[in-house]
Amino acid sequence: MTKLAQWLWGLALLGSTWAALTMGPTLGLELPLTCREVLWPLPAYLLVTVGCFALGTVGYRVATFHDCEDAALELQTQIQEARADLARKGLRF
Amino acid sequence: MASMEMSRSLPRSRRDPEGRTPRQDKFSVLLPTYNERENLPLIVWLLVKSFTESGINYEIIIIDDGSPDGTREVAEQLEKIYGSDKILLRPREKKLGLGTAYIHGMKHATGNYIIIMDADLSHHPKFIPEFIRKQKEGNFDIVSGTRYKGNGGVYGWDLKRKIISRGANFITQILLRPGASDLTGSFRLYRKEVLQKLIEKCVSKGYVFQMEMIVRARQLNYTVGEVPISFVDRVYGESKLGGNEIVSFLKGLLTLFATT
Repeated sequence: MTKLAQWLWGLALLGSTWAALTMGPTLGLELPLTCREVLWPLPAYLLVTVGCFALGTVGYRVATFHDCEDAALELQTQIQEARADLARKGLRF
Repeated sequence: MASMEMSRSLPRSRRDPEGRTPRQDKFSVLLPTYNERENLPLIVWLLVKSFTESGINYEIIIIDDGSPDGTREVAEQLEKIYGSDKILLRPREKKLGLGTAYIHGMKHATGNYIIIMDADLSHHPKFIPEFIRKQKEGNFDIVSGTRYKGNGGVYGWDLKRKIISRGANFITQILLRPGASDLTGSFRLYRKEVLQKLIEKCVSKGYVFQMEMIVRARQLNYTVGEVPISFVDRVYGESKLGGNEIVSFLKGLLTLFATT
């Protein structure tokens, strides 16, 4: 199954469950009013929560993205060393 | 060196035609180049230094795509300095794709492991012994360098670039759940037969090509290990990540999402 198919299956499953529960009265299922009041906007709430989680995660990862200062410095030194050594070995740049 | 003693004690008939004793690994580095006249000698020097210091059997295959800046001449000088058994020149007439450069390079590779990396000094050869260690540790089919985990990181990226990079990686992880933290990285070690198999199956270009390799690898149940690396971006002021690249990345990502 492709990833797209997996996602569609998952969404279809959740979507139909939600639809069935929110259309309770029409299908003969009686849920307490409080339950239904929460259930109905749930997809919107979940979307917002997921959006916030995503932004938060990416924000955190950007903030903690490691800056390799040492690697850059080390490279500079090694470049000097390399040029000198190669010139000694006869390389004409 | 221990390996030399081994080859002396084994009868000639038991050595394979490429000069490897049965237990000795050889690592072929594929370096596709285009206009890398300045960087090529430096990357080769660093590679030779890394391999010699660790006593690793290696060869460097330079695949130049007809660079107009004289990269090929520099490569020829390097071949004279280090020997044509260590530096193999396998140039091409003009700029063709990365995938075909790997195929071309592999035809001439005598190693049983292939290392792919960038020739512009953004990837440092000092990580190669770590890749090899990791490969042995977990008997991995592929070892991928990651900028996003552990000590991994970058140098020379501004905030915008970092945001795009992390954002794109996040979306990729959610959609593809690839089991590897850095999908667009191109500093990797592959078993030769694994790379050959994967290149046959991959159809994308650019960043997406590297992503597709890992995704296909997982499909074929190959194992992927990771080693944190530092990526030193030295191309200042040049916008390597334009709107076009982002669009084609997203298109490629969605294609992989829908087809794998």
